[in-house]
Amino acid sequence: MTINMLIFIFLAIVAIAAATGLILSRNPVYSALFLVLNFLSVAVFYLILGAPFIALAQITVYAGAIMVLFLFVIMLLGAAKPKEVEPLKWQRPLAIVLAAAVLLEGLYALITRISISVTTTAPDALLADPKTLAQVLYNKYSLPFEITSVILLVAAIGAVVLTKKSVKEEGK
Amino acid sequence: MIPIAFPLGLAIILFCMGIVGFIVRKNAIVIFMSLELMFNAANLLFITFANQFQQVDGQIFVIFIMVTAAAEVAVGLAMIVTIFRGKHNVDIDQLTNLKG
Repeated sequence: MTINMLIFIFLAIVAIAAATGLILSRNPVYSALFLVLNFLSVAVFYLILGAPFIALAQITVYAGAIMVLFLFVIMLLGAAKPKEVEPLKWQRPLAIVLAAAVLLEGLYALITRISISVTTTAPDALLADPKTLAQVLYNKYSLPFEITSVILLVAAIGAVVLTKKSVKEEGK
Repeated sequence: MIPIAFPLGLAIILFCMGIVGFIVRKNAIVIFMSLELMFNAANLLFITFANQFQQVDGQIFVIFIMVTAAAEVAVGLAMIVTIFRGKHNVDIDQLTNLKG
């Protein structure tokens, strides 16, 4: 039982509890904060697995930028509780049954195919180095990298166009 | 070092919780958060196998997934704001305008 193992088990419990809190809490603000907790514990897993750059990117991009966007929209719209209407009564039980089926399938595949004796390797200094990451990203994956910049541009323009009030609408 | 089955099992569990949240919740913002949970589980798988095979490519893919998730959240939240402006509600069960 190494120290890494203890950290992993503790944080795995935290991550699962945070995900449960996200699903169960009535107030979307609490859901957002539980999701931040989940992201932070997953970031520590990335550190254990030898990807410190990704871990810090996870904290800044996910737990920082994306969650601020979420919280901003929640505050903007108000955490109003709509009246409970259930057009599809069978939806919730069916969702839980189906997700449990997927979970059992995944765990079965995991247990039958992957031996417990296969362990993760110790963090490698070369693989953890952002320089290595950059060399592969800008050489082997330079075309996908350019495409992601187009995706971001389209998303930025799309967000502006979607939220912009048209001139005709303002005139009303 | 930890057995590789642990992070893989955790990723499966988190993904399934994301599925439950996606289907069960009615608030569109919480549905988007469940989607982020599923993205996160996929990222954990990529990082685990990047570590297992000692390849840096898995980490690169996580960067691409993060970019896609950020773009998706920006457009999705813009759509939610637009829907809220029209209906003063983000409950997906009340968005029945297209119902025949």
